[in-house]
Amino acid sequence: MSAIQPPAERLWWKQPLDRVEGTWIVIAFVWCMVMFFMMPYWHVYGKQNLSNEAYRTTPEAYLAKAQAMVDKHTVRTVTEQNIPVVHPVPGSDVYLVARLWQFWPVLELEEGQTYRLHIMSTDWLHGFSLQPENINIQIHPGYEHVVTLTPTKEGTYSIICNEYCGINHHTMASKLYVVKPKKG
Amino acid sequence: MAVNRNFRTCPSSGLVFHEPAEKLIRWNAVAGVVSLLVGGVLALLVTLTRWPAVKLLPPDWFYLALTAHGLDMLVFWIIFFEIAVLYFAASTLLKCRLATPKVAWVAFWLMIVGALTNNFAVFKGDSSVMFTSYVPMGAHPLFYLGLILFAVGALVACFVFFGTLVVGKAEKTYNGSIPLVTFGAVTAAIIAVFTIAAGAIILIPTFLWSVGLVSHIDSLMYRTVWWAFGHSSQQINVAAHVSVWYAIAAIVFGAKPMSEKVSRTAFVLYILFLQLASAHHLLADPGLTSNWKIFNTSYAMYLAVLASMVHGLTVPGAIEVAQREKGFNKGFFEWLRKAPWGNPSFSGMFISLVGFGFLGGISGVMMGTEQLNLIIHNTIYVPGHFHATVVVGTTLAFMALTYFLIPTLFRREVMFPGMAKWQPYVYGLGMCSFSVFMMGAGTLGVPRRHWDMAFSGAILPHEFPGTAYLMMGIMAVSGIAAVIGGGMYLAITVGSVFFGKKIQTPDFKHVPVRQGMAPAPVPVAAAPSGHGSIGIGGFVAPGTFVLAMIFLTSFILYYFVNWKYLSTVWPLK
Repeated sequence: MSAIQPPAERLWWKQPLDRVEGTWIVIAFVWCMVMFFMMPYWHVYGKQNLSNEAYRTTPEAYLAKAQAMVDKHTVRTVTEQNIPVVHPVPGSDVYLVARLWQFWPVLELEEGQTYRLHIMSTDWLHGFSLQPENINIQIHPGYEHVVTLTPTKEGTYSIICNEYCGINHHTMASKLYVVKPKKG
Repeated sequence: MAVNRNFRTCPSSGLVFHEPAEKLIRWNAVAGVVSLLVGGVLALLVTLTRWPAVKLLPPDWFYLALTAHGLDMLVFWIIFFEIAVLYFAASTLLKCRLATPKVAWVAFWLMIVGALTNNFAVFKGDSSVMFTSYVPMGAHPLFYLGLILFAVGALVACFVFFGTLVVGKAEKTYNGSIPLVTFGAVTAAIIAVFTIAAGAIILIPTFLWSVGLVSHIDSLMYRTVWWAFGHSSQQINVAAHVSVWYAIAAIVFGAKPMSEKVSRTAFVLYILFLQLASAHHLLADPGLTSNWKIFNTSYAMYLAVLASMVHGLTVPGAIEVAQREKGFNKGFFEWLRKAPWGNPSFSGMFISLVGFGFLGGISGVMMGTEQLNLIIHNTIYVPGHFHATVVVGTTLAFMALTYFLIPTLFRREVMFPGMAKWQPYVYGLGMCSFSVFMMGAGTLGVPRRHWDMAFSGAILPHEFPGTAYLMMGIMAVSGIAAVIGGGMYLAITVGSVFFGKKIQTPDFKHVPVRQGMAPAPVPVAAAPSGHGSIGIGGFVAPGTFVLAMIFLTSFILYYFVNWKYLSTVWPLK
């Protein structure tokens, strides 16, 4: 009798468990529990957890907030397109707009400071992929996601889109500068 | 009422085929293989484009080919073949006539029309929205309509399968409980009904949106419901290919399940928990709470992962017990060394099992862990994972089963037996290497579904490290090896089915009616006993247990390596 035939014994559920199976089930179950409790554990003791804070909003309202930040904190522009580079106050709300096919504006953050980074798309789905850190967050239109993050090391980072968003998806990339905090 | 109740007994396998069912199994399998052929050509184009040194296609063609590749492989090839497996598991294994063959043909043609319509929409060029077709990016209405027609056909086929189970029970074509493989197929079909319902809930409004009757579809709602369809359909595959593993273990070794109770309970866990997996795709999304994410992504505390870990032990365990009972009882691994490695049914099945567990299973749990997902989401690690599950796991298992079906179902000798011997190795190992290097590139941040990792034309491009380019290159070479393996499979199956030497049965005759032909029930044993005096130290399958411990060790190490890596990235909350 085999797996492609009906079980030979009508009372197959009474067959005692082989030791090898019983042992494995116990070990595998314990491991599953470890993996399960690892997630709440990390929420309490870990430092990398995705925020649950999000608000429904409209592209217009979101763009207005981003524009206000750009008007106030732009320190210079980059590239021929004059993309503004914004150096916001540490601890403040920072707005990043994802749209076909750019991230706007370019951000300059201070090392070791914490920011409330807002991200939202004003058109299709996009992806926030911070390289080479490799932090990846989905960006939705209409959902303003607030992520509190702390850059740990100065340098030039890239933000690339990693959710397919049409023909020029591969050109949707931007920079994020992390600088040493200003003295005084 | 001219119900065809003609059966034939396969002289080589002893299986009893109901002829209308047999024809349906053949046609569904053939439709699947044709989809595999189309998907395979597209696979080559996609691979060659993602090879940075080659970059074959322009971006519009790349995204078109990638969309069509996903649909033809993941939907059309796999589901056509699964319908064949369902009919086989019900009609053939229960020695039972197929319920309503005419309805089954309607289902088949609906699926064909759906697949053609969807492919037409994609190749027309205005529906390069990827397999997932996330709103608000829109496709041509025919894109969604094709998928809906296909899904309706598949749903009807599932009900033909359920009807056949009822017929078998009513006409007493078997005694006692249904075989384990049929039980696994029932699991797959139940999950399929849920899956197709979720697909209807999301694709019908999206279709209406595409023709202008619905004004807005929320992107987060779409992703949540779509993945209840998209991920659950992968769980159909898991249930189906685990059943195929058991079937091949039974066919090649005469292996019986170590314990019916354990294997069946594990299948039930799939039904209970796998549907929560939609959350796997939403871990990096805004608007959902961590509580929701943690509960759902872990399939309610990893109980479905537990089920897969159980099958991962009991399938090779059943083979080990069968081999030891045949006398290969020396040491830990004589049973495995003396296995028929030249039989493509076995080698394909075994590579499928090991690849699915070590590569697909472990990487799946990594991505499905709420916080670890942050360092993986939407990188090319993700396709690395699912090529290990769906290609190495499902497709290779189905290929392995084909080598058994060609002589029994199609009554043809397998052509190019020398090539068939090598096919699972070329395809399976090529695909494993392909997956591993995709995952490697993913940990370096290379995005999936991306035409150019060098960002040509971008104003502020990112520069990936040389290692990432190297990995993408090795990935492409491995992908080409896998495409060659796939080509071998197609050459063998198409060659055998159309030009193979016919197997003649001298005293062939039809058996008219089979109701009530089940053998007389075996007297019930007082209490079923365990296995005899095989194995080592009270373990009937010690070799399998050692393999399982190696698996677990790799799993634990890799799991904590990922946490370590996560702890080094920027703090987030």
